[in-house]
Amino acid sequence: MFTPTKAYYPYISPFDPCPPIKVKTYSTPPNLYMGFQPPNLPQFSPMEALRAGTLWKPFYDPYFSPYEKVKEGRS
Amino acid sequence: MWVYEKKLQYPVRVSTCNPMLAKFLIEQYGGADGELSAALRYLNQRYTIPDKVIGLLTDIGTEEFAHLEMIATMVFKLTKDATPEQMKAAGLGAHYANHDNALYYENAGGVPWTATYIQAKGDPIADLYEDIAAEEKARATYQWIINMSDDTDLNDSLRFLREREIIHSQRFREAVEILKDEQGKKRIF
Repeated sequence: MFTPTKAYYPYISPFDPCPPIKVKTYSTPPNLYMGFQPPNLPQFSPMEALRAGTLWKPFYDPYFSPYEKVKEGRS
Repeated sequence: MWVYEKKLQYPVRVSTCNPMLAKFLIEQYGGADGELSAALRYLNQRYTIPDKVIGLLTDIGTEEFAHLEMIATMVFKLTKDATPEQMKAAGLGAHYANHDNALYYENAGGVPWTATYIQAKGDPIADLYEDIAAEEKARATYQWIINMSDDTDLNDSLRFLREREIIHSQRFREAVEILKDEQGKKRIF
């Protein structure tokens, strides 16, 4: 299944001074996979598009801080 | 020539007085991968790029100025009523000494903007690859600022700006595809 966020598990040394971050994530937005934009992609309505920042649904990739996921919600 | 519309590309609302956030946001104002660098880079490169993609650089360069204006609004709102004490506490003491509460083209570390942040190599592929890299770096910067910010209203505007970086990157990638398209290739419609 496609996800715009990838994860990896960095090496944790027994001698690391700070509590380890076990999972590191990074963003892989949809533009990396699209190549030349194919015709007839699904669109947002004009008003939705102005809010989303793109007309094209497949390019919409909102980013939320991993540190406060619970507080945020799509408004 | 440009036509100015006296409104922001996307509304900017700031819900908390937080000058510290302004210090981080200034990275997108006068930083290496900030909106000023982006606008000047694209609007300058467009003179020496194949005709097919000049318009793209003009459009995106122009939009970057609209983004610059949004960042300026955010920084201004976050600092306009900050006292010298608050500026000091937010790590903006050195900025205050030099600029009062005025905005300045500098990065989050206070280093003034320099033209060495941008390049115009004259080689279309080299220039477009630089532009793609710049968009991805700006996207990442927005992510790190969102991670540090707990201002939901501000984050909403930052998410919009990050989405635009994704679209710009996509369009630059398509520009590369146009330029590397084999000339004289048989076209089937």
